[in-house]
Amino acid sequence: MYEHDVIVVGAGGAGLRAAIAAHEEGADVAIVSKLHPVRSHTGAAEGGINAALREADSWEDHAYDTMKGSDYLADAPAAETLCKDSPKETIKLEHWGMAFSRDEDGRVSQRPFGGLSFPRTTYAGAETGHQLLHTMYEQLVKRGIKVYDEWHVTQLAVTNEEKPEDRTCHGIVAYDVQSGKVEGFHARNGVIIATGGLGQAYDHTTNAVSNTGDGVAMAYRAGVPMEDMEFIQFHPTTLPSTGVLISEGVRGEGGILYNEEGERFMFEYGYANNAGELASRDVVSRAELTEVNEGRGIEDEYVHLDMRHLGTERILDRLENILHLAEDFEGVDGLVEPMPVKPGQHYAMGGIETDENGETCITGLYAAGECACASVHGGNRLGGNALPELIVFGKRAGHHAAGKEMDDAKITTGKVGDYEEAEIESPVPLGESGLGGDVAADGGAAAATTGSELVQQFVDEERETIEALLEKDEGIQHAEIRERVQKSMTQNVNVFREEEGLKQALRDIREARELYLDVFVADKSRTFNTDLLQTLETRNILDIAEGITLGALARNEFRGAHWRKEYQERRDEEWLKHTLLSWNDGEPELWYKPVILEGENKTYEPKVRSY
Amino acid sequence: MSTQVPERVEDESSGESVSPGKQKRDQKKLERAERIQEQREAEAAEKARSGDDTYHLKVFRYDPEVPGKQEPRFDDFYVPYKQGMTVLDALMWARDHYDSSLTFRHSCRQAICGSDALFVNGSQRLGCKTQLSALAEPVRIEPLPHADVVKDLVVDMEHFYDQMEAVEPYFQTNSLPDGELDEQRQTRENREKVKMSTRCIWCSACMSSCNIAAGDNEYLGPAAINKAYRFAMDEREGEDMKQRRLEILEQEHGVWRCQTQFSCTEVCPKDIPLTEHIQELKREAIKNNLKFW
Repeated sequence: MYEHDVIVVGAGGAGLRAAIAAHEEGADVAIVSKLHPVRSHTGAAEGGINAALREADSWEDHAYDTMKGSDYLADAPAAETLCKDSPKETIKLEHWGMAFSRDEDGRVSQRPFGGLSFPRTTYAGAETGHQLLHTMYEQLVKRGIKVYDEWHVTQLAVTNEEKPEDRTCHGIVAYDVQSGKVEGFHARNGVIIATGGLGQAYDHTTNAVSNTGDGVAMAYRAGVPMEDMEFIQFHPTTLPSTGVLISEGVRGEGGILYNEEGERFMFEYGYANNAGELASRDVVSRAELTEVNEGRGIEDEYVHLDMRHLGTERILDRLENILHLAEDFEGVDGLVEPMPVKPGQHYAMGGIETDENGETCITGLYAAGECACASVHGGNRLGGNALPELIVFGKRAGHHAAGKEMDDAKITTGKVGDYEEAEIESPVPLGESGLGGDVAADGGAAAATTGSELVQQFVDEERETIEALLEKDEGIQHAEIRERVQKSMTQNVNVFREEEGLKQALRDIREARELYLDVFVADKSRTFNTDLLQTLETRNILDIAEGITLGALARNEFRGAHWRKEYQERRDEEWLKHTLLSWNDGEPELWYKPVILEGENKTYEPKVRSY
Repeated sequence: MSTQVPERVEDESSGESVSPGKQKRDQKKLERAERIQEQREAEAAEKARSGDDTYHLKVFRYDPEVPGKQEPRFDDFYVPYKQGMTVLDALMWARDHYDSSLTFRHSCRQAICGSDALFVNGSQRLGCKTQLSALAEPVRIEPLPHADVVKDLVVDMEHFYDQMEAVEPYFQTNSLPDGELDEQRQTRENREKVKMSTRCIWCSACMSSCNIAAGDNEYLGPAAINKAYRFAMDEREGEDMKQRRLEILEQEHGVWRCQTQFSCTEVCPKDIPLTEHIQELKREAIKNNLKFW
């Protein structure tokens, strides 16, 4: 068994920042990640980092934009923390050498982004995430922080008290991809989950193949609620054949969207009369799909994004990476023709319920970055707000886990205070109910007396599970199950959602769960068995997809990225509250907690969100 | 054979003793699984062959612990072609439809994670960035040369990471501004100068293509030297630090080993002018009047 003070799961922006922060506090910290850090999907972020750096800007304005962008479902203490801390964390990256683009006076460059009242998106060409990821990994190397790379974390070692709020996390179980060994990692102080996105629940996504929501699913099954899972951001400009992202930076610099008739539809059809192409992402995504549905799409599938008028020089200076992406993945030269784009799954606003210090309701368990939900983004994330979330909350979680004194959180976690139980209307049984699997119980065995004993019990269980998977030699392979779920999610839980489609998705997920009981791994090798790895990931996709769909079915209103055919308006009197889903020993439970709109100096009164 | 397979080591650590009966049963199970698998592959291959537009892949296979794969071999896969299909797409299709044990690293699918550098028809390329339509058939896909093969197309990256980390690959300066909100200024020209060098995605295609690195295991290699260039040329680090960096690069296995064959530059999927960067560092070293090794 390995042992460290703090274990960080995942090595993207949030994980690296958390590890550095824990190290700053003197903790013995290690990262466990299924990818080498520089392979993490933070590297694919293009646009930039929102930070109120200039005199004419302020964190208050940034917070206002963020709350409005969230459609009043972000919790003000989290959003304000993001906006207050972002400037110094962004400059910290500069001090670590990050190669930001520069203005004439040598200061870091900023540009306009959708939904922002000030051009505060700080960028490094159209490859800001790549620069950020590598800069942070450099700092990790400098500090000599231990990384267990290509180790896939399969479980959290959490005690089994009745209420999740009484449980403690003592470590993790991980599978060494290279050797096939299952080992335990005892965390003396805490475990930080930073596993990033969950886009693989869909088949058209900007996310990496590795973004399977492992951390969210793991925490969920250990008892931490999943929060606001229905809020999935569909990015309006992804390449149709692959889902590769074309940065909002293109529109930030002046790129224009056209339909088949050559109309600038954002204005022509009144989707956003002021902001046009730079309206919030959900607004633009719906506009594009409406154009396609009304017969004004190109090849009935996509619209055009044109940046030719910006001129070669400006494009090469600020958006060069976009030319490469369009050429390599769609065969289009952005300098001479418009680029085809359509909405694609991009980001999960929801995730592991945390407070603004990154802590979950389970003692010793933290989460930061895309897998977490504080909630900073509420119903819709603004472009340029994901990267500051990594560095701001990664750092806070790292400090907290290492034992640093933090201000008391204003956001509550778990079933405490003012919460409300809800009924789930599902056409099929959910979770593990009625399946007779042995994975139903959350929380660990009671016999353990010490943290490391508990971890060992989980290791023993996991070894058995994996042996059983490998011993089985017939049944169904994970790829087929995964594909069914992805297709159904893209079909039914997309930009436009209707009740019958959502119910169909739940039926499809249930069917996939039943099939999964019969899953087998054809590759029997212990060496670099990606067949096994993906089979384990597919298990996570099932829980994630169910969480997204249940939230979407429960929330009968239109807010942010969540649109319902039957309820086409925001219903503040009923829905200024977060959706939470608890695993509850395999019998999922739905409940709500109120959103916090009271900030430090003001209350963010819900207004009509127009751009 | 361009690919190195590590010598087989019998696994003595497995410890647990297994009864002969169980061994036999396991063996039978395995054989049955293989038969099912073969049948499935044959069916899928037949289907693909009968379509007009398929691509023929010849893929390197090796697994140190699977009978039949311990001796490296090439497997044939016939993949139905779709407009825009890349080498990575084809590999994923073959894996998901024919043989789920076909193993390769991949993640982002968009040439930024650097996981899927492969040896395709005799040169180092990123699988996700290489269009099938640009390749002659059969498309021969092998792991990166000059690295130990772990399994199929997966190579051991440790040596590459060690070299990258040997050049103090992190920003160092003595002239940080005091305030936590004060940035260091950098001219647009200087940022432009280091820009290409910062685009490295650590795919190790360059290292794999380099004859010198193949013959001298201690040679830092193009990627690590480029990493050092990225900092040495960054005006924010200052002159003292540049001096220090040049000293590291001047060591016996540093920049002077490069014989300017340009193979690294040719294969770099991010178009980094690696050879030029190495040459420029040599000139800087001379200018700084440092002695040669």
